Amino acid sequence: MKHVAILQFPGTNCDLDTKYAFEKLGCTTTIVWHKESELPKDVDLVVVPGGFSYGDYLRSGAIAKFSPIMNAVEEFAKDGGKVLGICNGFQILTEAGLLPGALKRNIGLHFISKFQTMKVINNTNDFLQKCDKDEILNIPIAHADGNYYIDEEDFKELEANEQILLRYSNEKGEPVVVNGSVTSIAGVCNKNKNVFGLMPHPERALETILGSKDGIKMLEGLIA
Amino acid sequence: MTAIVNIFLKEGVLDPQGKAIHHALDAMNFEGVEDVRMGKQIVLKLSTDNKEEAQKEVEKMAEEILANTVIEDYTIELI
Repeated sequence: MKHVAILQFPGTNCDLDTKYAFEKLGCTTTIVWHKESELPKDVDLVVVPGGFSYGDYLRSGAIAKFSPIMNAVEEFAKDGGKVLGICNGFQILTEAGLLPGALKRNIGLHFISKFQTMKVINNTNDFLQKCDKDEILNIPIAHADGNYYIDEEDFKELEANEQILLRYSNEKGEPVVVNGSVTSIAGVCNKNKNVFGLMPHPERALETILGSKDGIKMLEGLIA
Repeated sequence: MTAIVNIFLKEGVLDPQGKAIHHALDAMNFEGVEDVRMGKQIVLKLSTDNKEEAQKEVEKMAEEILANTVIEDYTIELI
């Protein structure tokens, strides 16, 4: 049975949804308060869930990156451990330098909360291995700062290394502008493909009756 | 000594808030505004009176937390 550690910062609000999701998939979970300096010993995956850590003060994720637990997460990632950042977790991982780029205010300045279709760009990684390349997934988004930015040079590298995970698209798979992200990027991974970040919330897409269960095959990939 | 840190999105990085303000000014018939950039200002009261020391320390703060240098530039003013 896989063991998933879920970080909790002041202002995190998707920790229990994330716990529910991974327990539904048969994992054991431990919620880890940000003041802890160590992760549980036998952890297979660390998830930095969504929310508004430190009220998004200064910049989303900027203050959370200095929490004691983040040193342990950096060590864990450096040793090849799998880390997933969802929404605010993605922002924290970019601020911490574990993922390339940065997330700016949405182009229309609105907080966007809705179901959104997106296309799988690369599935040559643990996270999206259960999805088909070019598959269209329907996953909720809920963010104000999801406008992914990366400079041209780093973008080329991102693309060449197959680090782009998802792009917002219509149902035909054509890219659409949702929040102003560079080439409609919704999620990326690091070069070693063990740290993943995305703005959409797969943990909110587990049941057809609630709109979509496309999140399951994403999360399953990480615990396969 | 007081340090004033001004933080703006880098030139070439689209500033959605600046753009919205620009639109609003246009809509209000304020003419002659060519560009609007929105940033933030952080004012630090420091115990030191040594300018060189303060500059060095505040630069470190700006690099490590106050600004995200992937997307932002900053200036430091000491008074």
